[in-house]
Amino acid sequence: MTTQMWMLLATFVLAVWLIAVPLGRVLALLVERAPQPLAGIEGWLLRACGVSGAEQGWRGYAGALLLFNLAGALALYVLQLLQPLLPLNPQQFAAPSWDSALNTAVSFVTNTNWQSYAGETTMSHLTQMLGLTVQNFLSAATGIAVAFALMRGFARSAAAGIGNFWVDVVRITLWLLLPLSVLLALAFAAQGVIQNLSSDLTVALLEPLHTDAGVVGSQTLAMGPVASQEAIKMLGTNGGGFMNANSAHPFENPTAWTNVLQMLAIFAIPAGLCMAFGRVVGDRRQGWALLAAMTVLFVAAVAVILTQEQAGNPHFAALGVDQAASALQAGGNMEGKEVRFGIAASALFAAVTTAASCGAVNAMHASLMPLSGGVALLLMQLGEVVFGGVGSGLYGMLLFALLAVFVAGLMTGRTPEYLGKKISPAEMKPVVIAILVTPLLVLLGTAIAVGSEAGRAGLLNAGAAGFTEVLYAFSSAANNNGSAFAGLSANTPFYNCALALAMALGRFAVIVPVLALAGTLAGRIRATRAATDSASAALPTHGPMFVVLLVLTVLLVGALTYLPALALGPLVEHINLIR
Amino acid sequence: MNARLSVFLSTLRPALSVLVLLTLITGLAYPLAVTGLARLLWPEAAAGSLAPAQHGAGASLLIGQSFSDPGRFWSRPSVTAPVPYNGVASGGSNLGANAPALREAVAARVAALRTADPDNALPVPVDLVTASASGLDPDISLAAAHYQAGRIARARGVDRRSVDALIDAHARLPWLGFIGEPRVNVVLLNRALDGVR
Repeated sequence: MTTQMWMLLATFVLAVWLIAVPLGRVLALLVERAPQPLAGIEGWLLRACGVSGAEQGWRGYAGALLLFNLAGALALYVLQLLQPLLPLNPQQFAAPSWDSALNTAVSFVTNTNWQSYAGETTMSHLTQMLGLTVQNFLSAATGIAVAFALMRGFARSAAAGIGNFWVDVVRITLWLLLPLSVLLALAFAAQGVIQNLSSDLTVALLEPLHTDAGVVGSQTLAMGPVASQEAIKMLGTNGGGFMNANSAHPFENPTAWTNVLQMLAIFAIPAGLCMAFGRVVGDRRQGWALLAAMTVLFVAAVAVILTQEQAGNPHFAALGVDQAASALQAGGNMEGKEVRFGIAASALFAAVTTAASCGAVNAMHASLMPLSGGVALLLMQLGEVVFGGVGSGLYGMLLFALLAVFVAGLMTGRTPEYLGKKISPAEMKPVVIAILVTPLLVLLGTAIAVGSEAGRAGLLNAGAAGFTEVLYAFSSAANNNGSAFAGLSANTPFYNCALALAMALGRFAVIVPVLALAGTLAGRIRATRAATDSASAALPTHGPMFVVLLVLTVLLVGALTYLPALALGPLVEHINLIR
Repeated sequence: MNARLSVFLSTLRPALSVLVLLTLITGLAYPLAVTGLARLLWPEAAAGSLAPAQHGAGASLLIGQSFSDPGRFWSRPSVTAPVPYNGVASGGSNLGANAPALREAVAARVAALRTADPDNALPVPVDLVTASASGLDPDISLAAAHYQAGRIARARGVDRRSVDALIDAHARLPWLGFIGEPRVNVVLLNRALDGVR
């Protein structure tokens, strides 16, 4: 049974690569122009919206992006507060509190999808569709647009512009995300993911339930347009569940097949963007190097989570519980997991969702073994660059690539160079700012929360596990992941506001320096491929040597920043468990 | 300042019109089109995979229910509030692996199973004493089903082999040995026990 885990992992990684190659081709195409007749439709729609489509400098691009996201956040905020007055609210849900609505608006616009509310008892069908589904698309398109702009920065030589934000966001939404979502939503619906606009459904129980409050003879089931939201929730690495239990809920993720599809959908675009990057900069080996570095980090993380979860909980053995894997059961630590996913597909999902900045869960992360939870936490803290969010994973990893060549340049005493462009302090400033923003938010936020009465009030678990709940919340928010150690009662004004701030800064205080970097790079003269190959002979940025250097750079920055905090949380908890 | 203001205003129009355009396409047209197609192609699945009912609405085959009759298969523990298997309050315990409350809960569940089946000294399959992530898990492992077969046979006054055979008839095994888990749907199994087709 344990060979099953490794089979699943190997098949999954292979499938991701196989999807990445053709998808990379499509993405690279979209960086330049949409094919006809799509380009014609696109042009017509953009003109109707008053968009000229002219190239923007990085300031213009960033300004448009910020304004668009601000408008989206305001619209989502207002929509939630108005939901009792609007149609498609069969359960007649009231408006959420102002702080919850604010948190949710920021959360979905920043591609985080942290949820302080329970979907099936808070959001009307209209809010789920017109608010949350929309931002699932638009936040994903925004992330990919930034990656497009940065790719252009590398590819262009002495250029003033990095593209046009409006063109990018419309093109990505209509020609990439929408068709993929329709296909995936239908595949989900075929497997049993619900898709309707009904009110809650009451069904008879086979056996009446005797409770202190009397006999219960029926069961109420939440309904809604789930499949359509599920598809873009995964493809856009959003992760916000229609239901509270997210992808553990049988109506969101009913079979082993939907589960595999969901995991593949999470990694598809981040992996495809690596391939697209290689094509756009005219050297596909560069894209493979990034994908290889991501894969190495990912497989190492999965290995820890898989073995930890399969080994099970030592406390249970003494209670006469059988945790051994066999042909009849998955065994292992099944607290907070579903039988249809067992250990293998739950552990793999946990790694996928935290490596990519998705944040959907098919098992409760708070009930993972301490070291597994620690690895999930670290995957987010590395800056969401192991595949990462759509767009943000690629631009995050490229920041580390620049840092790696810069460090290597310092060590060898040569002018650092990446893809034929000299890397000077003007490039390194935005890189360093973008890399340092999130650790600052995570560590300061956690310190403030555990140091304040309002922060400590929300804890479910005591001691080190309680500290991990808070560290996890700020790591998830600032890195725009959205998963949670859900024991934390985060639907309070304190956490709603603090985490909203972390999400907003963790998103836009990274995007703006990245766009500045794209603008600077675009203006630089790019050396020819032949000149690049001879100049970078000492350190080619496509070989195994560079992959190792890149992996070490990511790990070094992450480890130096977070080891003390991780030691206080998951490590202490692990030692408590085994002693 | 005036130049900045005019740049802002000239950006505002595309911002609002692109937002409205994409909202209508992705927030209305897309979910409604998928709803229409799903209802057309897979009407039962789109509505919640409901079992044919004897009277009233039948159970969903995707959502578990709670059982405590010794003559029926018991589902996994569910910690949804206020009742287990509450279909509008999905969620797990979120207890850490080290939490004393988790150990106490598992010990109590083991004790309840032992009390209902005193002759059975086998170790208890882990999924039968741990709370699922959704609180709505419709399945138990094959190990958990066979563990309960003796108790069910005794309570119903039937041969244990017939209960084991029923489990085998409803067993679902991993595809190619690694996609999916060995499991059985508790709602289906209990309907079969009751003779409902």
